[in-house]
Formats: sequence, C-alpha cells, structure tokens
Amino acid sequence: MTLQTRDVIDFLAGINPGSDLDGLRAHRPETRLNAQKSYEALFEPEHWGSVTPAERFAVAAFVAGLHKAPEIANFYSSKLRDEAHGPELVAVIDAELEAGDTTGPYGYYPAGPLSSEDRPGLVYEVSVESRKLLDLKLSAALEHSHLLVFRPREASAAALQKLLDAGWTTTGIVTLSQLVAFLAFQIRVVTGLKALAASSADVGRVAQA
Amino acid sequence: MTETVIHPTIENRPNAFTQAEIGWTPWLQPLDEADLTERHWAGLVDASRAKSPYFMLLVRDPDILQARTKTDKDIFYNVSAGLPRAERELAATAASRANGCIFCASVHSRFASHHSKRTDDVQHLLDDGLQADLGSRWNAVVEVSAALTATPSQFGANEIVRLREEGLDDLEIADVIHGAAFFNWANRLMLSLGEPTPAA
Repeated sequence: MTLQTRDVIDFLAGINPGSDLDGLRAHRPETRLNAQKSYEALFEPEHWGSVTPAERFAVAAFVAGLHKAPEIANFYSSKLRDEAHGPELVAVIDAELEAGDTTGPYGYYPAGPLSSEDRPGLVYEVSVESRKLLDLKLSAALEHSHLLVFRPREASAAALQKLLDAGWTTTGIVTLSQLVAFLAFQIRVVTGLKALAASSADVGRVAQA
Repeated sequence: MTETVIHPTIENRPNAFTQAEIGWTPWLQPLDEADLTERHWAGLVDASRAKSPYFMLLVRDPDILQARTKTDKDIFYNVSAGLPRAERELAATAASRANGCIFCASVHSRFASHHSKRTDDVQHLLDDGLQADLGSRWNAVVEVSAALTATPSQFGANEIVRLREEGLDDLEIADVIHGAAFFNWANRLMLSLGEPTPAA
C-alpha cells in the first residue's frame, strides 16, 4: 500500500483534481479517506488471512458485474487476471454473470404482515460446468454473494453453515460479508457521484455555500 | 477451534417494520473481550462497542471495521454543513425499507423521528412502504434512495433533477447518495450475520 495510490472512488467516478466533484468531496474528507481505507483494508490488506487475493478479486468482479457496472467490474477483474489461473477465473465469472443476471431487491419476508410484499426471485447456484473449474470455497462464496447482492432479506444461519461446510472460517465469513457489502456501497457512491457530475456539467458551476 | 453457526431460539420474532427498540442476535460467534488485541480495540473505534455482539463479531476483521465505522460516523454525524441529520436518517430508513432490514429500519426510523419530530410520517413509511405520501421533499428523498438501492442501481439524471427541484444543493445531494449507499452496506451485514429479537 503506497501513499500514491489514487482514491479509487475518484478514479472510478472520473473525478479529476480541481473539478467541481473534487471540491465537493473535499467538504467530506473523513468520508473520502475512510471509504478509501475501507477499499484498502479489503483489497490491499496487511494480512490476507484465510481469504486469498483471488477469492477477493473474483467475488468483487462478480458483485460489480451483477450491479451492471462494467468499469468497476473490469477494475476488479483486471486484478484477478494477475493471480494464478486469473484468465480462467475471469472467464468463469463472466459465464456465471450470465447465469446470475437478475434485478433486485427481492425475496420472502418472515411469515407475517410483510408477506404481502414478498417478491420471489432467482435462488442462484453456480453452474455444473463452472463448479468443475472452481474450488468449493469460491463456488460457495459466489452463491452467498448473489444472495447478499439481491436478496439479503432471505439470509439465514443455514446460509452461513454452507460457507463453513465449504471451508470458510468464521472470520473469513466476516471478511467476505464486509467485502460484498462494501462493494454495494462503493458502486452506489460511484453511480451517484457520476450522475451528479454529469448534471453539474450541464448546469454550470455550483454556487459556493 | 470448531467453527459453528448459532441457531438462536427466539419467541415472537419481529416480523414487521417498527420504531420500537428491538434487539439483534448473531448467527456466528463474536470474539470475547479477553481476546481483543490493540488492533481489535482500534477496529472498534469506541470502546463501548465491545458490549455489542454485532461489533464483536465484525471485529474479527478489525481493519475494515475501523474504516467502515469512521465512514459511517462522517456520513451521519458530520452536520456542520449539508443535509440535515433527519433527512440523512430518512435516506437510511428508505434504503432499509427497500432492502427489508427490519432492524436497521427500526434504529434509523427512530433517529429520523427524533430529529424531524415527524414521527407519524416516519411510521407511514414503515407501514405503507416506499410509495407512502410524505410530502414532496420527503417523497423525493425516499424515492431517490430507493432508486439508488435497486440492483442494478436506477439512480441517474432524473434523480438529480428531482432533488434539485426540492431545493437541495450539490452537497446535500451528495449526502443523500452517501446515506442511502451506506445503508446498502449496513443492511447486508445486519441481515446476513444475525437476526432481530423482540423489544424488551
């Protein structure tokens, strides 16, 4: 981790030094800094622990792909390419993105007053072909990631048991959960700031407070 | 050490959105205070969080917890400029309502009510969902937060126009974006690592 690492949200949102959005983000330096430190803690950690770089980049590429954020997906898949068997993993992720394509949020609520808002949807599983190319731990991670992205209200203790059965540790599950959930945040901040920048360019310079 | 899942026995599980002070219990084993190193304490940020099963589970990966906690605090508590706290909490509640996180919605609806004094409107959002008519400014914040929460996100030029029409400037718009985006992070952790328990 170097001090010269460009802020990833700035990079992904196309925010250049001196721009209006750069000035806007400068009003919230702690948010900017700690969103960046969140990225570094997950993708450039001091200790990888039981969650390998390939697992982290593969899940990130999958999650960004499910969000239909191609530039963000490419950012993470290019890191995956540099890992052992990287290009093969990128190809498997691309295949699984086709199989996992859907829109959300959806899912069943606990039985009761909210049942009228139940919205059934895809319960994604890794394809038979891809299962032969991925280890059990990564397959289980992709399935859990799809649940977290699209139907977190259907999460359960049983879903966590599947991860443990596939070789995840308790601490590894915490890391995986933080990684997917952080991406849900990062992707939305980038999406929102890009829309704001595009509209500010149309309107002209923002009045200073 | 055997890695096990916890299956809590809970009577009267919360099954509706509420402003009541419900609890939360984890499905995985949190750390004990006795296990915490300096790095873990730094991850918790506030020592009082060592009393929370949620934070003691998350502290298993202390570095991301620390950064997440500081991001959260700045988005919601840094009110010297930008969107009023009540509306940041409204964005959080709307995202939680969309994702279906009963626990997150309970906490942040209470904060939205406390800061706005519009308890009935907040309850209307909980009871009737994202289409509840809360007046045009609150409707805009809720609908834009829901658009951002969709996957893929549905937030674009129309959402910016909507907020501008209600008089929000760019910093306030950025605050709506960050509040709703952060709850897409928070909801996924609270929903997937444990479950709500009834109010005491």
